[in-house]
Amino acid sequence: MKDFPFLSVLTLLPLVGALVVAFIPRTKAGLAKTVALGWSVLVLALSVVMWLAWTVDGGERFQFRESYTWIPAWGANFTFAADGIALVMLMLIAVLFPVVILASWNDVDQSTRSAPAYFALLLSFEFTMIGVFAAADIFLFYVFFEIMLIPMYFIIGSFGSGQKQYAAVKFFLYSLVGGLFMLASVIGLWVLGGHTFDFTKLAESTASIDQNTARWLFLGFFVAFAIKAPFFPFHTWLPDSGGAAPAGAAALLVGVMDKVGTFGILRYCLSLFPEASHWFAPAAMVLAVIGIIYAALLAVGQNDLKRLVSYTSIAHFGFIGIGIFAFTTQAGTGAVLYMVNHGLATGLLFIVVGMFVARRGSSLVSDFGGAGKLMPVLAGVLFFAGLASLALPGTAPFVSEFLVLIGTFSTNKGYAVVATLGIVLAAAYVLWMIQRTTQGTLNPALTEVPAMSKDITLREKVVVAPLIVLLLVLGFYPKPITDVINPAVQATMQDVGAKDPVPNVEAGGKVGG
Amino acid sequence: MEHTFAPATGVLSNIWLLVAIPLASATILLLLGKRADRWGHWLGVASVAASFVLGLIFFLNLSGLDAAKRSAELSLWDFIVVGDLKVDFGLLFDPLAGVFVLLITGVGSLIHLYAVGYMEHDPGRRKFFAYFNLFVSAMLLLVLGNNYVMLYFGWEGVGLASYLLISFWYTRPSAATAGKKAFLMNRVGDAGLAIGIFLMFTELGTTQYDGVFNGVDKLAAGTVLAMGILLLLGACGKSGQFPLQAWLPDAMEGPTPVSALIHAATMVTAGVYLIARSNPIFSANETLQLIVVSIGAVTLLMGCLIGAAKDDIKRVLAWSTVSQIGYMFLGVGLGGGAYALAIVHLLAHGFFKANMFLGAGSVMHGMHDQVDIRRFGGLSKHMKITWLTFGTGWLAIIGIPPLSGFFSKEPIIAAAFEGEGWQPWVFGGAALLGAGLTGFYMTRLFVLTFHGPARWTEDNKHPHESPAIMTIPLILLAIGSVAAGGLMASTVPDWLTPVLGEHGEEHATVLPHVVLQILGIVIPVIGAGLAWALFRNGTALEPEPAGVLVTAARRNLYTDAFNEAVFERPGVYLTRALVFLDNKGIDGVVNGIAAGIGGGSGRLRRLQTGFVRSYALSMLTGAMLVVGAFLAIQLGWLA
Repeated sequence: MKDFPFLSVLTLLPLVGALVVAFIPRTKAGLAKTVALGWSVLVLALSVVMWLAWTVDGGERFQFRESYTWIPAWGANFTFAADGIALVMLMLIAVLFPVVILASWNDVDQSTRSAPAYFALLLSFEFTMIGVFAAADIFLFYVFFEIMLIPMYFIIGSFGSGQKQYAAVKFFLYSLVGGLFMLASVIGLWVLGGHTFDFTKLAESTASIDQNTARWLFLGFFVAFAIKAPFFPFHTWLPDSGGAAPAGAAALLVGVMDKVGTFGILRYCLSLFPEASHWFAPAAMVLAVIGIIYAALLAVGQNDLKRLVSYTSIAHFGFIGIGIFAFTTQAGTGAVLYMVNHGLATGLLFIVVGMFVARRGSSLVSDFGGAGKLMPVLAGVLFFAGLASLALPGTAPFVSEFLVLIGTFSTNKGYAVVATLGIVLAAAYVLWMIQRTTQGTLNPALTEVPAMSKDITLREKVVVAPLIVLLLVLGFYPKPITDVINPAVQATMQDVGAKDPVPNVEAGGKVGG
Repeated sequence: MEHTFAPATGVLSNIWLLVAIPLASATILLLLGKRADRWGHWLGVASVAASFVLGLIFFLNLSGLDAAKRSAELSLWDFIVVGDLKVDFGLLFDPLAGVFVLLITGVGSLIHLYAVGYMEHDPGRRKFFAYFNLFVSAMLLLVLGNNYVMLYFGWEGVGLASYLLISFWYTRPSAATAGKKAFLMNRVGDAGLAIGIFLMFTELGTTQYDGVFNGVDKLAAGTVLAMGILLLLGACGKSGQFPLQAWLPDAMEGPTPVSALIHAATMVTAGVYLIARSNPIFSANETLQLIVVSIGAVTLLMGCLIGAAKDDIKRVLAWSTVSQIGYMFLGVGLGGGAYALAIVHLLAHGFFKANMFLGAGSVMHGMHDQVDIRRFGGLSKHMKITWLTFGTGWLAIIGIPPLSGFFSKEPIIAAAFEGEGWQPWVFGGAALLGAGLTGFYMTRLFVLTFHGPARWTEDNKHPHESPAIMTIPLILLAIGSVAAGGLMASTVPDWLTPVLGEHGEEHATVLPHVVLQILGIVIPVIGAGLAWALFRNGTALEPEPAGVLVTAARRNLYTDAFNEAVFERPGVYLTRALVFLDNKGIDGVVNGIAAGIGGGSGRLRRLQTGFVRSYALSMLTGAMLVVGAFLAIQLGWLA
C-alpha cells in the first residue's frame, strides 16, 4: 500500500472534482453541491487510507515520496513527499473540506450567484491546499503558494459580504507582496544551493551559504510566511478577509490556509537556515508575544463576530509562533498540534458563527443578545466552540497550548509568562462574546426575525458533530497525533541544532532562584 | 520522606469509575435533551450516589491496607508524551483524596437530592443536573489526579461547571456577568498555577506528584518560593482568598444548591486541597508559609467584616465562606500538624455550611425567593425543621461545644498561637478576633431570619416549610454539623499522616492551652450575645447611615471599586484605543502606502469598485513574468 502514489493522486483529485462541478449548469445547483460534497468525502477517504499506510514507529522522516520531471533545465520537479507535520495538515484539510462544503450548502444566493462556481472554487482551493503541503520541491511549493490566492480571491470577492471587494484585493496584494519576497529567496536558494529545488538536497547544501546571505534568504521566506500566518504587524488583512468571506470559506482561510505560513517557517526557514533562525528567533518571539496580547485585546473590543474570530486567530498564531521559535521538542510539537487543533476549533467557531449570521442577516454582536433563549442548542455549540478556543482542558487545544507554553518556558521564561497571560484574555474575549450574543435579556429585534427561532437543523448537526467529537477525543487522547508529529519536529530541531534543556535539578545540584 | 505510591490493585483498580459515572450521566443528560426531562434529575442523583457508595467501598479497602502502603495509583493512558515530558492520565487514591471523595460525593448526594425539590418548577432542571454532575466529575478528577496536569484538568473543569451554574439563569444580565467574572478571576489564578507547573517541569523534569515531591529538597530556596507563590495564586483564585476574592459573593447569582455544593462545601476548598497536597513544597520554605498564613489571616477578617454588613442572606453566607476558608489557609500555612487541622475544618465546614446554604434555600423557597434578611423575622414558627437545622449550623460555625466547629476551629486558633515573636500574637489574635466577629455576624443572620418580629413584604403572607425531599437532606446535614467535627478531629489527623506527615510534638503556645480554650468559647459567645441584643427586636428596613467601617464593609472594603478602577476601566479604554489604532494606525499606514504608490487615494477607491478582477489577474501575470525573468537571467538566456 505504501507504493500507491498517494500525494499526487490526493492533490489532483480535487482539481478534477472542481472541473466536473464547474461544468454543471447553474440551474442544477443541488447536483453541483452533492457532487462537490461526494468528491470531498472521497478525498477524505483516500486521506484516511494514507494515514493508515503511514509508518509511525521507525518510519522515515519523509514518506510517500514521488518525483516526476517538470522543467529539467531548472531542475524543477513535481516532487511530493510528506513528513509528519505535512501529514497531519493533509488530514486536517481532508476533514475540514467536506464539513465546510456541507456548512456552505445554502450560502450562495442563487438569484445573483452561481452555486456550481462556488463549490468548484472550494474544490480548487482544496487542490491548492493539498498541493502546497504535499510539495517537496521548493519551486512547486512556491507555485502552489501563489495560485492558492486565486480561488480564495474569487471566493471573497464574488461570494463574500460587506466590503468584499476591498477585502479581496487587500488579501491578494498582501499575499502577493509576501510571495515576491519569497520568490527572491527561492531564486537565491537555487543559485547558491546547487541549482536544485529539491528540499532534501537543499537542506544538505545550505550549510555552505555564507551567514549574511543566509539571513537575507531567511528573511525573504519569513516575511512571506509572517504575512500568510499572519503575525503582528502583518495581520491587518485577516480581519477584513475573515469578516468579508463567507463563514465556511473563512473557516478554511484561518483553519488551513494560514497554516501554510507556520508550516513554511518550520519546513523552510528552520531546516534550511538554522543559524539565521537562531539569529532572528528573539525578534520573531517578540512579534509573536505582542500578537498574542495585542490581538486578544482587539478581539475583546470587536463588535463584528467574524472579525472577532479573525482576531482570536491572530492571537492563536502568536502561540504557534513562540512554539516554533522556542526550539524545544515540546514547544515545536505543541506548535504543530496547535495548527491542527486551531483548524478544528476556530473552524468550528467560524462555522457556528456563520450559522448565527445566516439566521440574523448581520454579523454585528450588537444585533444579537439573549439568543440562547431562542436557540439553546446552537448557542450551546457556540459556547463549546468558544471553550475550545480558550483551550479548556478536555478540548484538544488545551494540549497544544500547554505543550507550547511548557516547552517555551524551559528556554524562554519571560515570553512564556507573558504568553500565559493570554489565556486570561482568551477567556475574556470568548465569554464576553458569549454573553453579548446568547445571554442576558432577549433582544426584541430577534423575535421579529423568524429564522432566529429555528434551532440547529439536521444538516447543521451533521456539520458540527464531527468537529466536536474530534475536539473532545483529541482533548483526552492526543497521542495518535503527537506520535506522528513528534519525529518530524525532532528532525527539525536537529536541523536547527537545538537540544531540549535538561531539567535543572538533573543538570546538577541546587540551582535556580 | 520518600514519596512513593503503591499501584492500584484489586477493588481499587476501579477508582476511575468515581469520575466516569457522573461524567457519563452528564453526557447522557446533555445529549438526550428534552427526552430526559421527566427522569433526568433522578439519573443525576443516582450517579452521584453511586459514586458515593463506590467511594465508601474504596475508602474501606484503603483503610484495610498498611499505613505505609495506603495509596493506590492508577495510570489510565499516556496523556501527553513529548520528548522528556511524560504526563499520565492517571489517578491516585490515598488518604487525602479519600476524605475529599467522601465529602464531595456524600454531601454532593444530599445536595443533589435537595435540588430535585428545589429545582422542581424550573424548566431547565435536566440541564441543571447535567451541569451538576459535570461538576462532581471534574471535582473528583481534581482531587484524584496523580499529577499536577490532571489537577489542572479538573481545576479548570470545575471552573467551567461553576461558570455554567452561576450563570444558569443566563437571561438575567447579573447572572451572566457573575459567571463571567468568576471564570475570569479564576483564570488569573489558573495562569499562576499553570506557570507553577511549567516551573516544575523545567526544574524537575516532571509534573507527577511523587517526582515533584521527591525533588523539592534539591531545589534552591528561591525556586521553591516562586513555585509556591504561583500555586498559591491558583489557590487564592479558586478559593476566593485575598486578593482574588471578589467573584465568590457574586457567584450567589446561581441557584442555591450550587452555592451550597460548589461555592461552600467543595470547589472553593480546592485551594486548601492544593496546598495540603503540595505540603512538601510549602513546608520547605518559611517565607512561603508566612505568605499563606498572612493571606489566611487577612481574608478571614475581611470576610467577617463584610459579612457583618450585608443584608442578603446568601451573601452573608458567601462572605462567611470566604472567612472560613481563611481559617483553612491559616491552618495549611502554619504547616506541621496544622495541615490536618485545616482539612478537618474543611470537612466540618462542608457539612455545616452546606446545611446553612440549603437552609437559606429553604427559607427562600418559602418566602418567594426573598433574600433580604431585613424582610424575614419570626420564621422559626413557620419553618420548624429549617429553623432547627439552621440552628445547628449556626452553633457549629460559631464553635459552641460540642458541635462540629468547636472541634475543628479552636485547634486552628490554638495552633496560630504557637511559636515565638510577633507572629503568634498577630495571627492568633486575628483568628480569635475573627471567631468573635463570626459569632456576631452569624447570630445577626440567625436572629434576623428566624426570630424577632415578622418584617415580611406584602406578597409573603404565608411562609411555609419546604417538602420532605428538601428537609431530609437538611436533617442529615444537621446531624453532620453536630457530630462530624468531634468525630473527625479525633480520627482524621492520624488517617492523613501518610500524606501530610507526622504531626510531631506539640509546640508551646504563647498563652496556656486552657486560656485559649476558654477564650475560644467566650469571645464568640460575646460576639453572639452582642448581636442577639442588637437585633432581637428586628432591624430597620432601609440601610441606615453608618460609620466609616460599616460603609466600607457594605462596599466590600472597596475591593470591587479598586478592581474596577485599576483593571476594568483601563482595560476597556485600552481595547478601545487599540481597535482605533489597528484600524487607523497600522492599517492606515498600509493603505496610505498603497495609495501613494498607486497614485493617490482615487486609485485605491477604484480598485475597490472597478476592475478588481482584471487588476488581480494582471498582478498574478506580472508576478509570473517576474519569476520568468529572474530565472531567465539566472539561466543565462538573456545574458
